[in-house]
Amino acid sequence: MEILVASAIGAMTAAGVYLILRIRTFAVVLGMTMLSYAINVFLFSTGRLVIGAAPILDNYAENPTYTDPLPQALVLTAIVISFGMTAVVVMMALGAFIEGGDDRIDMPDDDRIMPDLRTVEDEEARDSVAQPAKSQPVGNEVGS
Amino acid sequence: MNHWIIAPVLLPALMGALIILWMRHDLFLQRVFGLIATGLLLFVSIYLLWLASDGDVRVYRLGNWRAPFGIVLMLDRLAAIMLTLTSILALVVQLYAFGSGWDRKGWHFHALWQFQLMGIGGAFLTGDAFNLFVFFEVLLIASYGLMIHGGGPMRLRAGVQYIAYNLAGSTLFLGALGAIYAATGTLNMADLALRVAEMSPDDTALLRTGAVLLMLVFAVKAAIFPLHFWLPSTYANAPGPTAALFAIMSKVGVYAIIRFFTLVFPQDSVVETIATDLLLPAALFTLALGQIAVAGTRSLTRMAAYAAIASIGTLMISVARFSPEGLSAGLYYMIHSTLATGALFLVVDLIAARRGGDVWLRLRPAIKNTGIVSALFFTTAIAIAGLPPLSGFIGKLLILDATAEDPWMGWIWGTILITSLFAIVGFGRAGSMLFWKSHTLDPEPGNDTDEGPRPAPGPIPTKLDTDEQIQDVADSASPGLAFTSVFMLLGCLAMLTLAAGPVTQYLSDTTTQMLTPQLYIESVIEQQEGARP
Repeated sequence: MEILVASAIGAMTAAGVYLILRIRTFAVVLGMTMLSYAINVFLFSTGRLVIGAAPILDNYAENPTYTDPLPQALVLTAIVISFGMTAVVVMMALGAFIEGGDDRIDMPDDDRIMPDLRTVEDEEARDSVAQPAKSQPVGNEVGS
Repeated sequence: MNHWIIAPVLLPALMGALIILWMRHDLFLQRVFGLIATGLLLFVSIYLLWLASDGDVRVYRLGNWRAPFGIVLMLDRLAAIMLTLTSILALVVQLYAFGSGWDRKGWHFHALWQFQLMGIGGAFLTGDAFNLFVFFEVLLIASYGLMIHGGGPMRLRAGVQYIAYNLAGSTLFLGALGAIYAATGTLNMADLALRVAEMSPDDTALLRTGAVLLMLVFAVKAAIFPLHFWLPSTYANAPGPTAALFAIMSKVGVYAIIRFFTLVFPQDSVVETIATDLLLPAALFTLALGQIAVAGTRSLTRMAAYAAIASIGTLMISVARFSPEGLSAGLYYMIHSTLATGALFLVVDLIAARRGGDVWLRLRPAIKNTGIVSALFFTTAIAIAGLPPLSGFIGKLLILDATAEDPWMGWIWGTILITSLFAIVGFGRAGSMLFWKSHTLDPEPGNDTDEGPRPAPGPIPTKLDTDEQIQDVADSASPGLAFTSVFMLLGCLAMLTLAAGPVTQYLSDTTTQMLTPQLYIESVIEQQEGARP
């Protein structure tokens, strides 16, 4: 069983790392999910692997075997948090896709290299050619 | 148990919820209650600072459960200093957000602000490693919202990168906690310190892996050299007030490194000097990279972001040895650099607002209020480059003094002194481009951003147009308030300079307390009368 769990963690981590290094946001989100699965299974195994035991210490049982309850609580918290974070990153990626026009995860050159000075007339000329998608107000996905 | 210890977590949590549930559509009420909440937080932190000054480590047991089983909050001098620093910065920057009108640019600014403060406060107070992870997530999820506040394609893209990087960091954090739990069977920091001290030196592979993973996670948050790549684009594209508040967020990473490697993994434990061996060279690289980039970049906001990286580098150089002198010099520099970086981001935002959102260092006509803005820029640049008379100079002097006996002294002194020159050149070039050369051009009254109707001041606009996502001075609610808040930050720096004696005294007491882990173990594990079994 140790080999099974260990190789599952390894395979999921490898897939997650590979996907995170991709350039499209969708693959990166998938990779993040894979990584958090791998880590959840890893956390689960930190309390040692026990089969068929309850996470309750029963002093009156004849054979008091139990599985460590703390990692289970930690995993539960970690699952909830990673679930919420995945939702946030999906919303942000969608927002960036709608506003920025593509789903690349790297920053465009304008972030580092000084763009040419554009006047309002240039912007209008560009906008009338490109017709950007009208976007929803952003910034309200957290907490609403 | 003193119940005020949990107030820095509860107060922003309740206020944030209140703001989001009851006053979602009323910006005025949001401002009033946000200001009240942050002001109260400042009072509570000052009270806690006073409380902690007697040198006791106070423990708050949540639900009054016994220590290794229940979660504890710990209040010591270090936590109190960090809390006070956070609330001062948050209050001043919040005033700037009102004055500049940034809080009108999108939804839920004030609620997110409170949740951010809750996460930061909790991270400073907690005495439980997993609870630290939870508070990191709280502060991160609020920071995602604050970072993309106002929207716009570049900001959202930078936000996606920021989230992706930090999610990977969080995953690593969980892995580190798992490894440490597997090796020791506990996650309470004081209990961890006890178990690590008792560990036999033959079987420490898992523990050492956990310790290094943990250090990597905190290095991601603090943006130390090979893990700093998320910072420049994030801070450069974040709204001005958010970037200024983020000045304390990268210090959370530094705080966590200090906390873990003085309390849990001190250098005489089985982990040995693994942290110093990795941190010191990384810190030197961080400083060099930051300062060279300050001189090299052509964007104002990126310049401020790299100045933040450089300040983290200086700070880590001082902290990396975990020596008493180094730690207390580092703490002084941490207070200074948090305030100075915050001020720098605000000044850059003032400039950008007066140039129609153009943050690039290129020749433009002279900006509005050029006199006062240039004076602020000049003062902030002096502070952040570490020139006399402001506290940056004292901070660097203390750091140089603390590392005078170090085996790496040549490298440390060389890097700090030479790279300061790069920073001075960078800021000097930016200042002369912005404020001197601009007078060679004729002012053009109707330049490209004065077109179109301005939104009426007051309630939040129902829908944002793309043009409004750029902060502009024309729709700042009260430019005077914005200036005042920058002056307040610089005033704090001046006070830090004048009160350098008492402050360093308090900080060296703090360091003595930190380097005595027995104090923590005693108050968390041993003094447990009245706690539920």
